[in-house]
This record gives sequence, C-alpha cells and structure tokens, in this order.
Amino acid sequence: MADQERFVDDAMEYMPSLYTAAMRMTRNSSDAEDLVQETYLKAYRAYGGFQEGTNLKAWLYRILTNTFINTYRAKRRRPEETDVEDVEDLYLYHRLVGQGGPELGRSAEDEVLSRFTDEAVKAAIESLPESFRMTVLLADVEGFSYKEIAEIMEVPVGTVMSRLHRGRGALQKALHDFGLERGLVEAEPL
Amino acid sequence: MSEEGRTGPPSGTWGEIDCEESIHDLYDFLDGELTEDRRRELQTHLDGCAPCVEKYEFEAELRRVIADRCKDHVPDELRRRVAAAIDLERSKQKS
Repeated sequence: MADQERFVDDAMEYMPSLYTAAMRMTRNSSDAEDLVQETYLKAYRAYGGFQEGTNLKAWLYRILTNTFINTYRAKRRRPEETDVEDVEDLYLYHRLVGQGGPELGRSAEDEVLSRFTDEAVKAAIESLPESFRMTVLLADVEGFSYKEIAEIMEVPVGTVMSRLHRGRGALQKALHDFGLERGLVEAEPL
Repeated sequence: MSEEGRTGPPSGTWGEIDCEESIHDLYDFLDGELTEDRRRELQTHLDGCAPCVEKYEFEAELRRVIADRCKDHVPDELRRRVAAAIDLERSKQKS
C-alpha cells in the first residue's frame, strides 16, 4: 500500500511523458491538459491501493488510457478509423536508403532521418488509429515492455505485438508521405 | 516489391539464422523481447552480415528520432492546476 501523502513526490516526475502521450492521443493541448489533470486526480484518490514497489509509471499510464477511452472517445463526433493498411517491412529504409546501391554509411543514414522534423513525427503518430497510436507510443517513445503494454491497455500480449508490427509499418508510411508532401525527402532513393 | 536479397547483397546464413529470419526478429531484438538464446543466435548472424546490421542501425536510429521528436513541454500552468487540484482533494478528504 502506498502512502497518499507521498503521491506528489512520487508521481509528479512522470508528468512530461504523460503529457506527451495525452497530446498525441487528444491531438490538442486543451484536452491534453484536462486529461493529465484528471489522470493525476484519479491516481491521487486511488493511490492508497497502489502496490508500492510495482511500476508506478505503468500504473499512471493505465489510468490515463482508461480516462482517455471513457471521456474523450465518447466525445468524438464520428467514429475513427480502426485499422491500418499493411505495409511491407522496412518501408522507410527501402525508400530512403534504397537497396543494391553503394552503402550509405551511418552518417548519411542519420542525415536522412534528421530531416524529419518534430512536426513530421508528431503528425505521423497522430495519423495512426487510436489503438495503434497508443501501442506505438508506449513502446517506441516510453520504452514499455510488451507485457507492460498489455497490462496498461488490457489486451493480450499477442494483440500488442500485432498492433506494434502493423502500427510501426503504418507510422513509417505516414512519415514518408508527410516527408514527400513537405519536400523533406525525395521520391527517388538517394 | 523489394524482397530482401533480390537485387542487393545475397541473403546469407550466418550461424543458425538467415537474413529473412533476422529481419523478422529485428524489432523484437530492439525491444529487448527475445530470449537470451535467440538474442545470441541473432547476434552471431549480425556479426557476419553487414547488410542486416545496416538495417538494424537504420531502424534503431529511426526509433531514437521518433522518441526524441515527439516530446511536448509541460505548460507551467498545468503543473499549477494539478498541484491545486490535489491540494483541494486533500482538504476535502480531511474535512
């Protein structure tokens, strides 16, 4: 059992990552702020039941995810896409680095990827359907394990793995599409 | 389109694993989700296969770029709001 008096000391450090997730999920700062505040308030009320020594960050994410689903999904006017198209493995690599040509080497690869701005990365993530977006965020941005993501999202580990695989593919395609549209990358392999 | 090894360097088998399996396991490897044995087998393949290493490094770098570029700065106002909401809740519980 955790001591509620210690909640502020224990939990506040996770606000930057919770806020980032909230921004990607709600796609606007006003809803994101409300979502984070609601999450902290619910977490504070429930903190007595939190098992000390277990993963506090994952516990907070679980509250955030549930709050998002219950509050913000209900508010939406039209249903969102729930699936992504299948994209080949290494979609971006094949388009930016190409194949069969001379090896680019690390610095050139890094240069290609550095063209993707914050705006491009955020837009690409936000273009993913919700369940894929959350799964990719939890894995690639927050570094949670498959098992932790399964617990946060209350789905089987197999579902996490399949959403990750397909979500990452769709993210690569979205990044590439955005890059082409904004002239950040060229259509032909370098 | 663009299957591994068709026009690029020929797919090789280094150790127990070939390039197709190596690419299949790429993200499980980066995610740290492979068993120790599998990770070791894959490492043996990567030690001998420059084309696969190039792809692994690209995906690893892409992931760093994604993680670094999608962060948002928490508004000071939000920190104040959350602190105030918790204070209010605490005083409600005490009364």
